[in-house]
Amino acid sequence: MKMLIKNGRIVDPARNLDAVGDILVDNGCIVQVATGRSGKVKTDTTIDATGMIVLPGLVDMHVHLREPGREDKETIATGTMAAVKGGVTSVLAMPNTVPAIDAPEHVALVRQIADKTAHCNVYVAGAITMGRLGKELTDIARLKKAGIVAISDDGASVDDGMLLGKALGNTQGLCVICHSEDKTLSGHGVVNRGLISTRLGLRGISSESEYARVKRDVELARLAGSRVHIAHVSCRESLEIIAQAKKEGVAVTCETAPHYIALTEEDVLGYDTNFKMNPPLRSRTDREAIRQGLKTGVIDAIASDHAPHTENEKDIEFDRAEFGVVGLETALSVVITELLEPGILDWQQIVRLMCWKPAEILGIDKGTLKKGTDADMVIVDPAAQWTVSKETLVSKSKNSSFLGKTLHGKVLYTICKGEIVYSAA
Amino acid sequence: MSGLVWNKKDLLGLDGLTRHEIELILATAEGFKGVSSRDIKKVPALRGKTVVNLFFEPSTRTRISFEVAAKRLSADVINIATETSSVKKGETLIDTGKNIQALKADIVVMRHNYSGAAVILGRTLDISVVNAGDGWHEHPTQALLDMFTLREKLGRIEGLKVCIIGDIAHSRVARSNIWGLTKLGAHVTVCAPPMLIPPAIEEMGVTVATNIDEALQDADAVNVLRMQFERDEQSAFPKQMEYFRNYGITQERLAKLKKNIVVMHPGPINRGIEMSSEVADGANSVILEQVTNGIAVRMAVLFLVAQARERLDEDAHKKR
Repeated sequence: MKMLIKNGRIVDPARNLDAVGDILVDNGCIVQVATGRSGKVKTDTTIDATGMIVLPGLVDMHVHLREPGREDKETIATGTMAAVKGGVTSVLAMPNTVPAIDAPEHVALVRQIADKTAHCNVYVAGAITMGRLGKELTDIARLKKAGIVAISDDGASVDDGMLLGKALGNTQGLCVICHSEDKTLSGHGVVNRGLISTRLGLRGISSESEYARVKRDVELARLAGSRVHIAHVSCRESLEIIAQAKKEGVAVTCETAPHYIALTEEDVLGYDTNFKMNPPLRSRTDREAIRQGLKTGVIDAIASDHAPHTENEKDIEFDRAEFGVVGLETALSVVITELLEPGILDWQQIVRLMCWKPAEILGIDKGTLKKGTDADMVIVDPAAQWTVSKETLVSKSKNSSFLGKTLHGKVLYTICKGEIVYSAA
Repeated sequence: MSGLVWNKKDLLGLDGLTRHEIELILATAEGFKGVSSRDIKKVPALRGKTVVNLFFEPSTRTRISFEVAAKRLSADVINIATETSSVKKGETLIDTGKNIQALKADIVVMRHNYSGAAVILGRTLDISVVNAGDGWHEHPTQALLDMFTLREKLGRIEGLKVCIIGDIAHSRVARSNIWGLTKLGAHVTVCAPPMLIPPAIEEMGVTVATNIDEALQDADAVNVLRMQFERDEQSAFPKQMEYFRNYGITQERLAKLKKNIVVMHPGPINRGIEMSSEVADGANSVILEQVTNGIAVRMAVLFLVAQARERLDEDAHKKR
C-alpha cells in the first residue's frame, strides 16, 4: 500500500524542516520526504495537501482512557477515536483506572484491549505505588517488562517524600510523571483561591498547594540524580521553580494543558462545571506566565489531560462535580487559536510541544517525519473554523470547556502507521 | 424611565444586578409594606400562582418569611424539605427542579447548602427561581431587607458607613450585603478575625479590619453576622468566649460609637457570643424590624419575578 501526501507544508522541527513538499508512505512507513516537486510515483492513495499543514501525528502524554473500570466515561475505542479526530496518533494512558495499572497483568490487559480496539498508538503508564495509595512501590522493573513507558500516580501526589525518592532512584530509565499537589493545602478546594473563590463562595485551591509540591518533586529528582516530569503545570511560581532547576542542571521537564493556555478562573463565574479541573484555572497573570513559558521553552510539552466524566457526574452542584475536562479533540485547535494566530508560537514550536518533545520525554520513536519511521501524520487546514458542540465530539463524554466556542484550525486527515484513521470528509 | 423595568425571571444574587434594579426592588417593597398592617393582610397580586419553597437546608425564619410573603400575595404555597423528599433517595438538583416545573409551579424559592445551586437551577428551569441562600455564595433577600431597614432608619444608603462583623469567609449574607451596599454607594468595612476574612475580599470594594473598635469608629450601622459554631468544619474558629471578648457587640462598645448607630443581625442570634442581650434588645437594635421588613421585600421579589416571567412568556409567544 503506497500513499502520497502531495504539496503540503511539512513541519518537522526534529529535522529542522519547514517546507512545501511531498511525503511518500509505503507499508506503513515513511519512505520519502521530498521538498519541492517529486517525480511521478504510482500510489494507491494520493492526498492533495495544497495549502495545508502536514505535521507528525500528535503525541498526547496525558490522557485518561478510563478502561478498564469506567467504561461509562470512556473506552479505549472511543478515547482513541477522539484522539485521531484531534490529530493525535499516540496517547499515554494514565494508570488511574479501576484497577490501577500497578501489576504486569493490568498492563497486559490494557495492551490487549488497545490491540483490538484502539484507533491509534496507545502507550501505557504504570502506577508508582500499589493502588496509587502512596504506601508501597510497585514492581517497576516488571511493569517495564510488561511494556509501560512511564510511571505516575496521576490524580494523586506521592505524599511520602522518601517513597517518591526511592522511585526516582529506581526508575529503570522510565519517565516519572508527578501530579504535584499538596492535599493538606488544597483540601476540599474546587477553584483557584482568590477573588473569584471569594465571590463564588467556593473553597479555594492555592497556587502554593501546587508549587510547594513542584519544588519538593524537583528537589527529590536533583537528589536522586534522576529525571522527573511535572504534569499539568498551571501557575507562574511552578514555572519559576522549574526554570531555575533547569538552569541548575536538574533533568526536569513539564507539560501544561490547553485550558491553562486559553482560560482563567473568571470562566468559572457561572458555576459551569466544565471549567472545574485540578489544578484549577488560575489568574490572568498565571495564564500569561504559561504562554511565556511555552514561548521560552520552560514548558516542554502540551498535553490535554483528557479527563472524561459522565453528565451525571458533571451536571450537578459545583462542589460535588468531578474534576476534569475532555481535551483530545480540541487541543490542537485551541493551540492554533490561542497561540499560533496571535503570533505567540509558530508551527515549529507547536510541533515541538505537541509531537517531538513529548515523544522524547517518553522515549518513544514518534513525533517526527523521519524516513523509516511509522507514518503517523496529521494534515491540518489552518484556515478552517469549527464550533465545538456536544454533537461534534466523538468522545463518550462531553465535558468540554470549549462547548459553543468557535476554534480555528481543523484536522482533515489523521494517518496512523500509514492508514487513514480519521478523515473529516 | 425605561431603565426601571424589572426583566429578570430569577433573583439569584445581587452580584448581577444594577443599582437601578436594586432600587426598584426596594421601592416595590415600600409599596407592599402597608399590606402587613391592614386588617385583611392580603393582595391578589399572585392569585392563581404557585410558589414552591424548596429547602435543602434547615431554615425556619427565611422559609416562614417567604411563605408569609407568598400568602399575602394570594399565591398557593407548597413547602418541600429535603428530609421528606426524593432528594433523600438520590434525586439530583436538576431533576427535582424539573419535576417542580412539571407540576406547573410558577416560582421556586430555594435554600441550598452548596454555593451556586440557585444559579444552576435558574439556568436550567423556565420558571422563576429565587435564591433563599446558597452555600457561602449569596442570600440576596436578606441583604435587600437589611438595606430596606437601613434606608428606613437613616433615610439613605449612599455615603453611609456600614460595618459587617463576623464570619465573612463563610457568609452568604456578607457577600450579598457587600454587593448591594457598594452598588448603592455605601462605604463597607468587613471585620473579623484574620482567618475568617476570605482572600482578596478588598477587591470587592470593601475595607478590611481585624480590630473591631477601629472598624466601628464613625460607623452609621453595624450588621452582626451569626457565628456558626455548629459548622466549624475547618477548625478556623476562635473560642466562643474569645470571640465575644474581641468581636462581640456590648453596651460598653456601643457607648463609644455614634449615638444612633443601627444594629442589625440576620438571626438567629447567639446571645452572649456575637452581641450581648442588652444590645440585642436595646434601643439601637432593629433586629425585629428586619424580620417585619423581610416580608415586604420578599413580596416585592416574588411579585417582580412573576411579572417578568409573564412578560418574557408573552414575548416568546409573539415571536412564535
